Amino acid sequence: MLALDRTSRSAIGLSHVGDRGAGGWTGRLAPSGGTPLNAIAEALLGALGLIATRDAKLIEIATLSVAVSLSAVLLASLLALPLGAAVAVARFPGRHALIVLLNALMGLPPVVVGLVVYLLLSRAGPLGELGLLFTPTAMVIAQTLLILPIIAALARQGVEDAWIEYEEQLRSLGVTGIAAAATLLWDTRYSLVTAVLAGLGRASAEVGAVMIVGGNIDGVTRVMTTAIALETSKGDLTLALSLGIVLILLVLLLNAAAFIVKESAQRRYG
Amino acid sequence: MSSLLPLGLDEVGFRASGRVILDRVSAEVIAGPRTVILGANGAGKSVLMRICHGLLAPTSGAVHWNELAAPEAARRQAMVFQRPVMLRRSALANVEYALKVARVAPTDRRARAVEALENVGVRHLADRPARVLSGGEQQRLALARAWALRPEVLFLDEPTANLDPSATREVEAIIAAIHAAGTKVVMTTHNLGQARRLADEILFLHAGRLTERAPADAFFERPVSAEAAAFIKGELPWT
Repeated sequence: MLALDRTSRSAIGLSHVGDRGAGGWTGRLAPSGGTPLNAIAEALLGALGLIATRDAKLIEIATLSVAVSLSAVLLASLLALPLGAAVAVARFPGRHALIVLLNALMGLPPVVVGLVVYLLLSRAGPLGELGLLFTPTAMVIAQTLLILPIIAALARQGVEDAWIEYEEQLRSLGVTGIAAAATLLWDTRYSLVTAVLAGLGRASAEVGAVMIVGGNIDGVTRVMTTAIALETSKGDLTLALSLGIVLILLVLLLNAAAFIVKESAQRRYG
Repeated sequence: MSSLLPLGLDEVGFRASGRVILDRVSAEVIAGPRTVILGANGAGKSVLMRICHGLLAPTSGAVHWNELAAPEAARRQAMVFQRPVMLRRSALANVEYALKVARVAPTDRRARAVEALENVGVRHLADRPARVLSGGEQQRLALARAWALRPEVLFLDEPTANLDPSATREVEAIIAAIHAAGTKVVMTTHNLGQARRLADEILFLHAGRLTERAPADAFFERPVSAEAAAFIKGELPWT
């Protein structure tokens, strides 16, 4: 709740948005006149205007979103890919329980992750002295924790499928343990793109975790999803909708790029 | 360095989920002659070979490599499987990978890998991604990868079962060359024609039991066990 309080106190500086764009559009739903359908059409037009004019606010928010989510994906992948490969190849007591746990954690609610990270980073928490709460770093930490199980669980599945095919050959060559896990990770690199993309999708789309640990502070920790939530509740559908469009376009773009890379590589290397 | 062979099988048994796959197989495999493990599908040939190579542990009995410890023995053998498993990298890099794992000095790897590709006639495919090669090319590459390791014993598990006749001929020629170069060849097959072409001695497996062991000529002319006689008779029309 503290996070939201700070948000509303710092929620300033978006009213300028309505001053430009298509002919003095205020960005607010008119209290009278116009059907809901008209309102949507007008918001859509305004949104396209904001995107076309490369609105500074829009770009700032979108840039922070991408930076936070990509950092989280990078960090989570560095930890989760080796973890997934290790679980796929190693045989130890409790392995099946760990797999079930990893799979279950794929469905972690973002708000719960946010709450846990909030408790860790808050002034009274064990990591409070670092002063990270309500910073982009805190948001990266929360999203990393959120998507780590997703990437690890999907990587585990992909690597284990490959292990079934490769196991005898690798053992015959004398490759076991960490060396086998590393070889399999490298050999399944194209299918692991899908695991990483799933993590990216989750990170860029979630609102609960970044809202709690970031606080949606204008110009500091405001990202696309938190801005959409705020602007919608304020009634500024134009900005909310344009952010939504940019968010979808960005995710689409990243996925398309990854898909092309993966497909062409798979055709070349089999 | 003491010799890897002879390989001793002492009452080797293998059971899986209550079913007997191998029933007290005892034999001694010596250096020199090409040994072919012959038998119908399901006779236990592949399981026996995997136990010899150390990929499976026997559920009873024991395997001895001339008193060598298992890890030492494993380093001095190689195996080629029915379906070649290639890594997602170039043909040359697949061979180099095996050499790296075998701790061959980095400076020697390239030359040895190229030589191995040359020996099986796939030098021109060196830079091609291994997994998009044809089945015959992949199997030749698998032979190159195994041969590059300069093993004392090479196991081959139905190496031509998935190949067309021309690729089969090429693979058989390579196996003959590996034998001629001094590597002990042990292979499984259910194909009588192939056994005739390649075997110096036959181990005949039937339903998990070693029913006959003989020099190849004697085995095909005068099989002693009824099972072997029936197999030769039954198989003849297909060869």
